[in-house]
Amino acid sequence: MKAQESWGRYPRVEQRTHALTWRSDALPEVSGAVLPHGLGRSYGDSCLNGGGTLLMTSGLDRLIAFDAATGVVRCEAGVSLDTLLRLAVPRGWFLPVTPGTKYVTVGGAIANDVHGKNHHRGGTFGRYVRRFELLRSDGSRRVCAPDENPDWYGATIGGLGLTGLVTWAEVQLKPISNPFVLQETVPFGNLDEFLVVARESEADHEFTMAWVDCLARGRKLGRGLLYRGNFAPPQFDRLPLAKSHLSHGMGLAVPMDMPAFCLNRLSVSAFNWLYFHRQNGKPKQRLTHYDPFFYPLDAIYGWNRIYGRRGFLQFQCVVPYATARDALREILERSSRGALPSFLSVLKTFGDIPSPGWLSFPRQGVTLAMDFANRGEKTYRLVEDLDKLTREAGGAVYPAKDARMSPESFAAYFPRHSEFAGYIDPAFSSSFWRRMNPVALPFSLESERKGGAAAPQSLLALR
Amino acid sequence: MKKVLVLGATSAIAQATVRLLAARGASLYLVGRNVENLDAVAKDAATRGAAKVESKALDLNDFSAHEALVDGAFQALGGLDGVVLAHGVLGDQTEAQRSWAATEAVLRTNFLSAVSLLTALANRFEAQKAGTLVVISSVAGDRGRQSNYVYGASKGALNVFLQGLRNRLAKSNVAVVTVKPGFVDTPMTAHIPKNKLFASPEKVARGLLSAADGRKNEVYVPGIWALIMLIIKSIPESVFKKLKL
Ligand SMILES: Cc1cc2nc3c(=O)[nH]c(=O)nc-3n(C[C@H](O)[C@H](O)[C@H](O)COP(=O)(O)OP(=O)(O)OC[C@H]3O[C@@H](n4cnc5c(N)ncnc54)[C@H](O)[C@@H]3O)c2cc1C
Repeated sequence: MKAQESWGRYPRVEQRTHALTWRSDALPEVSGAVLPHGLGRSYGDSCLNGGGTLLMTSGLDRLIAFDAATGVVRCEAGVSLDTLLRLAVPRGWFLPVTPGTKYVTVGGAIANDVHGKNHHRGGTFGRYVRRFELLRSDGSRRVCAPDENPDWYGATIGGLGLTGLVTWAEVQLKPISNPFVLQETVPFGNLDEFLVVARESEADHEFTMAWVDCLARGRKLGRGLLYRGNFAPPQFDRLPLAKSHLSHGMGLAVPMDMPAFCLNRLSVSAFNWLYFHRQNGKPKQRLTHYDPFFYPLDAIYGWNRIYGRRGFLQFQCVVPYATARDALREILERSSRGALPSFLSVLKTFGDIPSPGWLSFPRQGVTLAMDFANRGEKTYRLVEDLDKLTREAGGAVYPAKDARMSPESFAAYFPRHSEFAGYIDPAFSSSFWRRMNPVALPFSLESERKGGAAAPQSLLALR
Repeated sequence: MKKVLVLGATSAIAQATVRLLAARGASLYLVGRNVENLDAVAKDAATRGAAKVESKALDLNDFSAHEALVDGAFQALGGLDGVVLAHGVLGDQTEAQRSWAATEAVLRTNFLSAVSLLTALANRFEAQKAGTLVVISSVAGDRGRQSNYVYGASKGALNVFLQGLRNRLAKSNVAVVTVKPGFVDTPMTAHIPKNKLFASPEKVARGLLSAADGRKNEVYVPGIWALIMLIIKSIPESVFKKLKL
């Protein structure tokens, strides 16, 4: 058993790992529950399996086929989005939907049905997954597509890795004519202004998202900078495409766990002030490479270590437009009063394009994501309060970013959860799933967290 | 190396090497035992940009198939200018001590099959007066240790064979490159607890290719192993035999 971390480094659980190598191999026979694990870029416990085994998919990283004429790529589930970009961009294709880091696997992107800055135009990642193979612990293999095993398709997209192992998938990319984005930065003075600029921006911009200053209060509550952009029009020959990766290596790295005192109210507020006033209140336009535009955080390798050993909790919710203004004001206010306000907070809007996945998180409304340094009970209570506020507002919290939502909330956010439960593989489970379904738990969560959960076999009896 | 035969193409180091060669647009002839796995590696190489990929599923312990295999590779790619010999087994030292059959299996795969293949290949390369033969050996061949001397002996014998071959082919403009990796984090070593000395297959593949490009003789990858083995080799036998290595 060893400690395997999720991106937030909280909670800490003990589990075994098993490296997968070949897509045609059967699932390993291990005692206790298994859970696929990609690049561990989920924040909370949905990619953890305390007391069980993680099936590490990094060895399933082979490409299978790429059609440069249609932009359809088929690859094993452990292939990273970074690898797909390296393959596709020089040939004039881009990911149809991408999260804020390229260090996630295709399997992980499916299991969380990830969204990007273009949800209002493109919906979720799952919509571009044409087909995939699902390997179950009974040895069965199903090709799943919208018109082939559609129920398994719907259960597995956004299915949190619980329905079986995705071995390979086929994804439809989208054409681009160069790797540059025409980006505009628009400051907004408060939440109301955000709601106006964000809606406006959707009409002419494929990509939008906003950074919020979580320390601003009163009239300035919810002030920030909105980034919007489109892929730049074709104004170059093929050269920029072919050279699109040359200048982008790994930038800075966080060499060690930072001591906790580096992040405090003062340093965060100084940073936020500088960041907001950098551009003296005026919109600014510039041409930027796709890499810093979509993946600004990837430039600092291992940035999660900034929060130190105790890690941090992310909280991401979406609330419908009808309740967005009041609910988000309340959420922002609560968090700015918290032990340590969020250092990095992001606001964006989701459109009404439905996701194919039954448990998909994105739905129409406004989404807010915040990072909270882990200060123990105070932080947990804050995040739990925010969960409650979200539920009251008729919204939802994102399991991929969660470590504290309540089982009642989960049931409310994902009305198809009981239908979904029928599709869970009997040998698969996760720390998150057990937290959401605690009734049948044969041992205490605490003992699982401390490791050495004695009866992994009994996990099979969980549902 | 533009037209390359890869023996043992499904091994982790070979796979990583195949990716680098594919990205350079090389033509590849891949040989491995398991049809499905070999196909996965071949498709990966083709998608990553290899000019041409052919593959053949074969158990390289079948020596009688070697001549035909080499013929087939030359034909399929319209000639060969490079070979990466990567197949091998770690074996189980304790088992090998108990049974000659287990010892023989390691020697057959790691030494004899390599010699058989290299005999056919060396003659061809010598005649065409061009080419690079890259063989993955191991630091374990530098000195026999109680914990894995059967594996070590198979690699040590291979090293001596390669030295002689290199000496013979030098005048024919054929490079013979002996690659000696240290610990590599692969499925072959999955059961061994990892430490800082373990290198990734990608790192070893990069070292291997740059040695091949530079037509080097013997290289340690990563380079730190040159130093480690220098020390290990310089311990007097009277002391060494009492060590628990
Ligand atoms: C800096 C940063 C920015 C982010 N931005 C966004 C964003 O904008 N939008 C967004 O939606 N998310 C975002 N995320 C979250 C991230 O995209 C998701 O958590 C993603 O699913 C992580 O993928 P992974 O490969 O790391 O998978 P993991 O985190 O390791 O696993 C995620 C889930 O996938 C399952 N899984 C993995 N592989 C397979 C497989 N082969 N078969 C079946 N199930 C599998 C796991 O069991 C688990 O349930 C961000 C994360 C970071 C660190």
